[in-house]
Amino acid sequence: MNIVRNHILISIDAGTLMAGARAVEDALIKELTKYGLDKEVSVLETGSLGITGRGVVLVVYPEGIYYADVTIKDVPELVEEHLLKGRPLKRLILTEAPKRTIITKEKTGLLKEQPRIVLKNCGFINPENIDEYIAAGGYEAIAKALQTMTPEDVVNEVKESGLLGRGGAGFPTGLKWEFAIKTPGDEKFVICNADEGEPGTFKDRLILEGDPHKLLEGMLIAGYAIRATTGFVYIRGEYSLSIERIEKAISDARSYGLLGKNILESNFSFDIFVKKGAGAYVCGEETALIESLEGKRGHPRNKPPFPINAGLWGKPTLVNNVETLANVPEIIRNGAAWYKGYGTEKCSGTKVYTILGHVATPGLIETEMGTTLKDIIFEYGGGIREGKAFKGALIGGAAGAFIGPEMLDVKMDFINLREYAAALGSGAILVMNEDTDMVDMLKSVLHFFKHESCGHCAPCRLGTAKLVDIIDEIAALKGKKEDLERMVEITQAMKNASFCPLGQSVSLPVSSALKYFRDEFMARVS
Amino acid sequence: MTSEHPCQCAQVSEEELYPRLEEMIEQHKGKPTELIMALHKAQNLFGYLPKKAQEIISERLNVPISTVCGVISFYSFFSTVPKGRHSIKVCLGTACYVRGGQQTLEKVEKELNTKVGGTTDDRRFSVDVVRCIGACGLAPAMLVDNDVYGRVKSTKIMEILNKYE
Amino acid sequence: MIKATINNIEVEVKEGTTILEAAKKAGFKIPTLCYHPDLKPKGSCGICVVEVEGFPSMKRACMTELVNGWNVHTNTAAVRAVRKELLELILANHEMDCPTCIKNNRCELQSLAATLGITTLKYKQSFEKKNLDNSSMSIVRNPNKCILCERCIQVCEEIQTVNALALSKRGSETIITDAFDEGLGNSVCVNCGQCTVFCPVGALYEKSDIDKVWEAINDPEKHVVVQEAPAIRAMLGEEFDMEPGSLVAGKMHAALRRMGFDAVFDTNFTADLTILEEGTEIVGRIKNNGKLPVITSCSPGWIKFMETFYPHLSEYVSTAKSPQQMFGALSKTYYAEIKGIPPEKIVSVSIMPCTAKKFESKRPEMKDSGFQDVDFVLTTREIARMLKEAGIDLKDMPDEPADDPMGQYTGAATIFGATGGVMEAALRSAYFLVTGKELEDVDIVAVRGMDGVKEAEIDVEGLKLKVAVAHGLGNARKILDKVTRQLEKEGRSEYHAIEIMACPGGCVGGGGQPWGSDMAMRARRGETLYKEDKSLPYRRSHENPSIKLVYEKYLEKPNSEKAHHLLHTHYYKRNKIDGKVVQE
Repeated sequence: MNIVRNHILISIDAGTLMAGARAVEDALIKELTKYGLDKEVSVLETGSLGITGRGVVLVVYPEGIYYADVTIKDVPELVEEHLLKGRPLKRLILTEAPKRTIITKEKTGLLKEQPRIVLKNCGFINPENIDEYIAAGGYEAIAKALQTMTPEDVVNEVKESGLLGRGGAGFPTGLKWEFAIKTPGDEKFVICNADEGEPGTFKDRLILEGDPHKLLEGMLIAGYAIRATTGFVYIRGEYSLSIERIEKAISDARSYGLLGKNILESNFSFDIFVKKGAGAYVCGEETALIESLEGKRGHPRNKPPFPINAGLWGKPTLVNNVETLANVPEIIRNGAAWYKGYGTEKCSGTKVYTILGHVATPGLIETEMGTTLKDIIFEYGGGIREGKAFKGALIGGAAGAFIGPEMLDVKMDFINLREYAAALGSGAILVMNEDTDMVDMLKSVLHFFKHESCGHCAPCRLGTAKLVDIIDEIAALKGKKEDLERMVEITQAMKNASFCPLGQSVSLPVSSALKYFRDEFMARVS
Repeated sequence: MTSEHPCQCAQVSEEELYPRLEEMIEQHKGKPTELIMALHKAQNLFGYLPKKAQEIISERLNVPISTVCGVISFYSFFSTVPKGRHSIKVCLGTACYVRGGQQTLEKVEKELNTKVGGTTDDRRFSVDVVRCIGACGLAPAMLVDNDVYGRVKSTKIMEILNKYE
Repeated sequence: MIKATINNIEVEVKEGTTILEAAKKAGFKIPTLCYHPDLKPKGSCGICVVEVEGFPSMKRACMTELVNGWNVHTNTAAVRAVRKELLELILANHEMDCPTCIKNNRCELQSLAATLGITTLKYKQSFEKKNLDNSSMSIVRNPNKCILCERCIQVCEEIQTVNALALSKRGSETIITDAFDEGLGNSVCVNCGQCTVFCPVGALYEKSDIDKVWEAINDPEKHVVVQEAPAIRAMLGEEFDMEPGSLVAGKMHAALRRMGFDAVFDTNFTADLTILEEGTEIVGRIKNNGKLPVITSCSPGWIKFMETFYPHLSEYVSTAKSPQQMFGALSKTYYAEIKGIPPEKIVSVSIMPCTAKKFESKRPEMKDSGFQDVDFVLTTREIARMLKEAGIDLKDMPDEPADDPMGQYTGAATIFGATGGVMEAALRSAYFLVTGKELEDVDIVAVRGMDGVKEAEIDVEGLKLKVAVAHGLGNARKILDKVTRQLEKEGRSEYHAIEIMACPGGCVGGGGQPWGSDMAMRARRGETLYKEDKSLPYRRSHENPSIKLVYEKYLEKPNSEKAHHLLHTHYYKRNKIDGKVVQE
């Protein structure tokens, strides 16, 4: 028997792969073998360590030391110094890694760090190994549900937990499930919306890449709760690693009897299939997603009827976002009361964000609901890079809101964000320093919408195009003061008359940009 | 990583690929709801969606040809024009845009002497724009085939592209 | 029942009533643009938005069902502002050459701009000019006027199940076009023209032959004859502000005569002839164990549809030409002969409620007279424009009969224009052809009316004739799929004869009918034809003296060799991609 002295966890995600993570991994093993250390030091693949843009990232346990920008050229030195001689290689150490814990402010004002919920396993287990997920307590929740709970119990537990949908404006998940269980139907579906398309976010991708079984377990529990037979993961076509990992996870789960007929020898049968998206942001809207799943153009449907009553192929369909479903196993395993211990009274649990832009440590984080934007940027994101001043942030991606410094103290949850609540779901936080050109930022957002409007309704199709015409003029210093009013008029019409949330949400970035950065716009127009 | 592009190791003519297409879409026969999956497969096979492949899919899945064309033109993933051997996708999502995605694009266009949506004369590269590939942490990002390149600097672009024959 | 208020007026409506319908009850007309009463609301334009108390954003009146207790406001400042803003955006993307547009004064966008009080434009025109699609023989498409209301797609896809038109691309680049954007003439389009009826603007309309017809009329060397389809007499009045369903047969003949046609005949004459040819064919096939059911062949939209989507049924379709083409062939043979006019001097014009007839007249095989049998086809809308140009108001016309020898007609012919009419007419004569006796009660009401698929069984002295009638190609599919299954499984079908008309309502609902029509108007026109039928001295085709004369003098007898040469045709197989003939 070997006693493993060190574990090296190497982050294998889309970002690190491009930086040559596999080559570094091979070199590590080769180098370790050279010194005869291959039995003592175990090299393990894991999902994203939550660090982005820093090349190949790995962490050496038990010390818990992070290395970034590791290349194959660094490997001999790293092995010799750290693993042979026990001296961490200072030049590669990542000192400002984003927090991989949840920071809680105690009543005393002291900071306490707690384990994460959604990202619990991300960066700790090998996502391609079902045994590691099981060893980390995986599939305990579905077993508990099947053996000790009725579907109604499960729905009640989720309701009780106060979990709000993480995809959009925070609709209570338990309530949605309750509607689903009450809708009669011989066939029901669970769809996981993994068509993450909001620019500036990729949290769902990292959950899929880092802990695919957690999502499957969440879907299983949802399927059991609403008495569904089939689940679909509708996933962005660009997310090839996610697709690969979720497909492997499904196949492993099937071979373990965790998917398919009579799961864990119960009467519950459920299977999950992956469907690839084909590049349309609007398919993140649940009815457009369903249209796309049916093989059609992703045009949103009129609501009502809601998918819960008539969704995929006209059958009752529950659509939940990746992060929402990833919360579910922990809720069932630990109970609603435990879950409510996190977050605020009305918004329990945690929220996963990607903090990007001009912060010191961009990356993936998980915080308690209600954490202030200031804490997110300064505690988790390490503040503004290069000592520059904070100018503003775009929260929620394109369909999000621009905010200025006066909003830093806002508590990030579905209640406190009020009219900006819809921006919370995607978890995108793009931080901008003092040098950022806000006109240019808005221009980028509006071009995005023009490109992604589905074209079905006139308000969105024509409104996005006209907004682009106007902002292009303003950016080129050819705009007039009235153009700013025009933009507001157009977005007002779009907010009221667009067919789906895509068009309706354009007013958010426009009105917020004009609210917080009006002077900058005024300076550009004549 | 799964390859999104046809194998280039042996030069197979398009005509020779049709029997394979028929084989691949056999399971979708008569199932209009599987149109997008069939299109993904066809595009994997040909690198784009030739007219004849669209017609075969329309016929086999029993989807009107106008619907097939409508779906293809809706999704930015699908292309009906032959693409270069390698696809370059420059990300212009908000995060990339802010960090110079536009300049990256301009540089690529200039170096390859082709515009967005175009293919170089030697069919080596096709250039497209994407709106966020979920690699915002690496902004500005660029995809060549399935390889993500982050923090792309104008000066490094040719170095990257030279890796692709 | 639902109780709510609309602009503070209490309304009580049935569950499932939309805000639009409920508002109408309360006395408020909510402006609409993409909405059409015959189509499922798609909500693409957003013009009909209203405020509902308690909701953060407005709702579409056309597709939102009223909910108990709602307080709806249809005319607030905010609502008006949104509507105007949307209309401004639409206008900026619409080619506004209104005075020269085919839809001038008939355009729904134009009248909406008037309704909403748009007097100056906020945005300058900004759209990329695209080419006109002139590839079809029947229909012109002007993408620059298209407002993407999707009505044409709905009718093409859902009602007609042809799927020639579809949305292409997305966002601001979205267009409505045929599969490969190669033109309707290179698509599966069957030329039914329903899209032209539903288009609210001037983006889809018939390919006009007005200039060529004027030219022929003005040419002293030409002898220009005209025929009018049965349905024209029930709809032309609408173009002159007469009540929908006014019967204008006599006025129509008078007007055409005054317009300068050298002879004014009537398609109804050849409708009677069709019955004798087709009726004889049906009876022959029943007696000789031929292919059954016999499917009617008068509707050219249906014929192209059959050739494209149901070519395996082509042997079942009657070989009889449509009345228009029978007329064309006879006008340059029989008529030329008895009048002593060289056929090359004859210009044969038809007036049809149909756009597919334009295509039919140009089919290469339609030259059995030795010339193109029908030279020009005008729709109801075109002839109305010509009459107006000529300063002729239909309302002021006297009633005049059509000319001999191709103007006399029976009640059986006139009901050709309504769904079920051909079948009813055929049964009236088939009874005689089989038994030698006359059918006592000629009103076969089971095949009348607007139900999509109708069935009837007629006892012909012991022989039970089972017939079916379908109108609208989506309905046709239902019966054709059933027949196909029966033929595959049992080798025979339960039906002896089936009537199919491409357009909903039959020819009274044709693609050449007046703009602004809906299903209710189609039904009223049908009733008008049944009324004329009742009023006519002859109600069975074989009783028509002029028909007896044409057989006596020229064609010998139904299905004779000469009749076969001039009055019958054959069909092709077409492919489902571009609708082109497949060479076998």
